[in-house]
Amino acid sequence: MPVKEKKQAPPPEIAQGRHPMEKYLRTDRIPHIWCAGCGLGTTVSSFLYAMDNLGLDPDSVAVISGIGCTGRVAGYVRMDSYHTTHGRPIPFATGLKLAKPDMKAVVFSGDGDLFAIGGNHFIHAARRNLDINVICVNNLNYGMTGGQAGPTTPLGGRCTTSPYGNFEHPFNLVYLAASAGAPYVARWTSLDVRRLQRAIEEMLVRKGFAFLEIIAPCPTNYGRRNKLGEGLDELRYYAEHAVIEHGADPADTEILPGKDFLVGKFVDEEEPTYWEMYQDKVAELEGGRR
Amino acid sequence: MPGKAVLSGVHFMNGDEAIAEGALAAGCRFFAAYPITPQSEIAERLAARLPRIGGVFIQMEDELAAMAAVVGAAWGGDKAMTATSGPGFSLMMENLGLAVMTETPCVVANVQRAGPSTGLPTAVGQGDMMQARWGSHGHYELIALCPYSPQEAFDLTVRAFALAERFRSPVLIMTDEVVGHMYEKVEIPAEVVEARRRTPQVPPEGFLPYKPDEDLVPPMACAGEGYRIHVTGLTHDERGYPDMSADAQDRLVRRLCEKIKRYPDEYTLWEEHSLEDADVAVISYGISARVALGAVELARKKGIKAGLLRLITTWPFPNEVVRSLAERVQGMVTVEINLGQMSREVERAVQGKVPLGGVYHAGGRIHRPEEVLAGIEEVI
Ligand code: SF4
Repeated sequence: MPVKEKKQAPPPEIAQGRHPMEKYLRTDRIPHIWCAGCGLGTTVSSFLYAMDNLGLDPDSVAVISGIGCTGRVAGYVRMDSYHTTHGRPIPFATGLKLAKPDMKAVVFSGDGDLFAIGGNHFIHAARRNLDINVICVNNLNYGMTGGQAGPTTPLGGRCTTSPYGNFEHPFNLVYLAASAGAPYVARWTSLDVRRLQRAIEEMLVRKGFAFLEIIAPCPTNYGRRNKLGEGLDELRYYAEHAVIEHGADPADTEILPGKDFLVGKFVDEEEPTYWEMYQDKVAELEGGRR
Repeated sequence: MPGKAVLSGVHFMNGDEAIAEGALAAGCRFFAAYPITPQSEIAERLAARLPRIGGVFIQMEDELAAMAAVVGAAWGGDKAMTATSGPGFSLMMENLGLAVMTETPCVVANVQRAGPSTGLPTAVGQGDMMQARWGSHGHYELIALCPYSPQEAFDLTVRAFALAERFRSPVLIMTDEVVGHMYEKVEIPAEVVEARRRTPQVPPEGFLPYKPDEDLVPPMACAGEGYRIHVTGLTHDERGYPDMSADAQDRLVRRLCEKIKRYPDEYTLWEEHSLEDADVAVISYGISARVALGAVELARKKGIKAGLLRLITTWPFPNEVVRSLAERVQGMVTVEINLGQMSREVERAVQGKVPLGGVYHAGGRIHRPEEVLAGIEEVI
């Protein structure tokens, strides 16, 4: 039986056309450049709500992005924010984090940036267990440059550079991150705003390399070319096909078009971090400090 | 390895090690690199030294990452350096451009070997001189220094850090395999003045991160200092926000170039030998200048009035120094381990006033003084 929707007045900020998390946003840069129906807005909101819920001082968090639609995240958050080169947000964050070990470094970037041109950096940062949070918004293609196929485009996916359907095997990012040694690996869709927020909160308070994949619609490019409908239709698709299974074997988390796929927290382990190991080594040395 | 940053005293070390020590003395506390010959001794020394003096050494997965990490560390407030050779220098071009565009002070040492490509991995070359100038895409200026001895490698590295902070720009140390591997006496002074970063003098409200001071260089707010700034490789305005207009692009790129070009006296270094009465000037830099000096002595013995102009700063090119020299001599010979790179700049500066010659070698060995002497004789 359909539940009757309770009529509720929107919170005052929203009624005035303002974002409730405006204190964390560069309001002088809004409106943003993202398309209507894009999943990026919700992912950024979830991040900001997570910051707010934890009561984090914005001066203790740096946001680092690469290039692409997700690469623009750094431009909208009112924190120390760095919009770097294509594929290099992780090594940039590595330098920043090691220079400022007390700050949190959050890398916000896309699937092409982090796993094609920047793939090598990802696996090495995971291997080293650097204290970095990596949030990858996976929209299955290169949105910014007009919808080219990428390392996560599903088999058969139509993109401007796979006009007859993609015939390259895509990466399963969850499996890749887990294999590279990431001690925290989760995946949610941009529909799961509460769970996204909770996952980001977990990442922000834990130590070590933490990876979150967010499956998000790109209605302008991937959605349109693959007849997935509007952004809302893609969210509906997630509602029907995303199956929560915490702790599932990362090898079983492949995403196949038209099939159910797993979301949840797949890895959550305590491992000594790069910084802890560095400090331990320094402590062994005469005269060592920091 | 000793646990103090400045190893004051007299040492016997090679040019690579001297670069490492120069960096530490200048206050460098972050070094990221990828193994490559012939720069390895820089990385190896810093891997041993940095953890003992409160710094960070990290070996990255490639030179793209090394350069990106250096830029990130500089924004984290550290004085940061990387070092590489040939192929690694090519990979660094991407984020060298980011450092130029975001006005990030940092130092990059290139211990040149013979290219193109893998070339002669363990042997000397000077073929990256134009790449140093133009290797990253877009139009920009930066400063490049060429040491010709381990002592100078130390001194110029200290200088490079000061210049990087002064101009908020990457500074290159364009040394070569022979200087890098040459052992000599290096004297480290009792005190070295650490490079200083120009910090904002106003509170975060109203601070414009890319509003330059009168000298065209903006103060730098680093991460965690409360300024919450945005830094982007996109063309940006004084707020640091992207501005995609042709006007903003022209304004920004002109300022980035002008902030360096306007102050040649602060970085243009050179040395003259026997030029007072010279008919022929040999122009050279790095290890080639050392050989050229020997050739000048040979020429003098034969009664030829030769002298040497040793370029220490190669970029921006010291146009004025070379132009005014052209008024005093009858000919010039450029000596370098490539097939003519800086010689093009000499040609531009001289503008046909005197006949020019060049003694070139594609790399793998240094010149023989006799070859240079032959070049001198050819031009008179
Ligand atoms: S192109 Fe796609 S990913 Fe980019 S803003 Fe538009 S909908 Fe979002």
